[in-house]
Amino acid sequence: MPAEKPLTARSVKPAKPAPESLKIVKDAVCTFCGCVCDDIELHVDGLKIVEAKRACVLGTSWFLNHEIEDRAACYIEGRPATVDEGIQRAAAILLQAKYPLIYGMSDTTVESQRVVVAIGDWIGANVDTTTSVCHGPSGMAFQGVGEVTASLGEIRNRGDLIIFWGANPAESHPRHFTRYSLMPKGMFVPNGRKDRTCVLIDVRKTKSARTADIFLQIKPRCDFEALWTLRALAKGITLDPRQVEEDTGQPLSVWQDLMDRMKAARFGVFFFGMGLTMTRGKHSNTEALLALTRDMNKYTRFVVRANRGHGNVSGADNVVTWRTGYPFGVNLGRGYPRFNPGEYTASDVLARGEADAALIVASDPMANFSEPAREHLKRIPYIAMDPKETPTTRQATVAFTVAACGINVAGTVYRMDDVPIPLRPAFESPHPSDYTILKGIERRIREQQAATAASNARRPSLRPA
Amino acid sequence: MSASFVLIPGRTSKQGSGISEGKFRESYQSETNTLLVSPHDMQELGLANGDRVRMTSPQGYVEVAVTAAKADELPPGLLFIAYGDLSSRLMGADTHGSGMPTSKCLDVKLEKIMPVENDP
Repeated sequence: MPAEKPLTARSVKPAKPAPESLKIVKDAVCTFCGCVCDDIELHVDGLKIVEAKRACVLGTSWFLNHEIEDRAACYIEGRPATVDEGIQRAAAILLQAKYPLIYGMSDTTVESQRVVVAIGDWIGANVDTTTSVCHGPSGMAFQGVGEVTASLGEIRNRGDLIIFWGANPAESHPRHFTRYSLMPKGMFVPNGRKDRTCVLIDVRKTKSARTADIFLQIKPRCDFEALWTLRALAKGITLDPRQVEEDTGQPLSVWQDLMDRMKAARFGVFFFGMGLTMTRGKHSNTEALLALTRDMNKYTRFVVRANRGHGNVSGADNVVTWRTGYPFGVNLGRGYPRFNPGEYTASDVLARGEADAALIVASDPMANFSEPAREHLKRIPYIAMDPKETPTTRQATVAFTVAACGINVAGTVYRMDDVPIPLRPAFESPHPSDYTILKGIERRIREQQAATAASNARRPSLRPA
Repeated sequence: MSASFVLIPGRTSKQGSGISEGKFRESYQSETNTLLVSPHDMQELGLANGDRVRMTSPQGYVEVAVTAAKADELPPGLLFIAYGDLSSRLMGADTHGSGMPTSKCLDVKLEKIMPVENDP
């Protein structure tokens, strides 16, 4: 039997009495960003979260601003309607379309994502996720080069040289440093931050630079050149110092110093962000980083990992891959999956004016897509579902107000390192979950398809007996 | 007179928090409608905090208020704006076969909008 813990001033301090209605949810999961922190303690007063212990600034805003939306659960052409009417109209829109587009999925559960892909399969849709305008180019690079990677747990326990490239976790993933990459005391880095060196490479001095030991400001649009400089140095190739500085904005000596540190590291890690994928070069930039990581394994252990933005965008990649064999930009129009970024990715399909209807789940293309893509989306009938009113739900033919995943709805999400995490919701919402809506749409589509098939079977055959 | 710059749209804490508050609320709107300019460029263009500029890319233009960036946050020639409706309006539709429109390091021109003087 373990010895009884001695009483201390701290342990005998009377706890602050909680209001009777206050509910405590321990180990709640924040689904705002790809860190998917699962150690949050929520204090829930009725239908409102009043405190989110351990949450960062983004998580606090995520939890504390999620009250029950004072909106109808469904709107058809801007007018309140019942959920059943909305489901019927949504199914009709999707069944009538010749080239339906399904897009989004990064802020909902894998259970809902599965239904979304199933609907796409039944109707022969073009299925794409927000990955295509986030780390889609990284997905292309993974296929071309491969990915030498590790879980965040392994990095936490082993990483002694942490390099962020084109990423600003101080603002996009505020607990990245403290939970996973820099501060934790790990099995092989027992002194935590003191045992790690942090390097930040970016075109501007972001708030993350304060945390870094070394900040390298490179020229805009020159990530590819900088990465190939490092690849050359890894192999001991002689480079022209003048050319290197002109191409990258940093002297050769600085890159050589970095390469020396990389080779001396016991466990090096690259975390990269959209500074690589959204700028000139895109997948070529990411390919260069993945190839550099692979190169470094000749000298030491080195891994690479993308800092994923949305709470379950990694889940979307996983689910679409399970169901179709490809991670995003998948066309099911011929009854089998075809993958081709640039052709079947949502931004392109809309900007070229190809889709004639759309289903948008948990994403906001009306705020994030290019003007030509938005203009086309405005012209076609589409269905949108989101916990909050967004530019996309405002313009939708059928808009559903749904319960928030993780706050009102249970399920599973994937952390940025593809580790699945179960959700622990705080309170029930009077609004339906997107899972309920999507299952309803799927059921209606199947009923209609079965009725059409039965009707066709009853028609006299024109073939000779 | 207009000058050429490279625009970096990106995430900020306020923009991220603003998404949860609501995209039509003041916090998100003000964060995504403010352009950060280096102190050097503010001086060169004769801009003060709150002045409005027209920012033009090959795709179109937007009008936005400016604020001086802190110390060495931005080198001269580089601009920053939080991701949102305005930054997306400046993106081209071409994804170069990747699915991703070029959304960072956009070439833009900046022009100060002169305040309209009221009639006496």
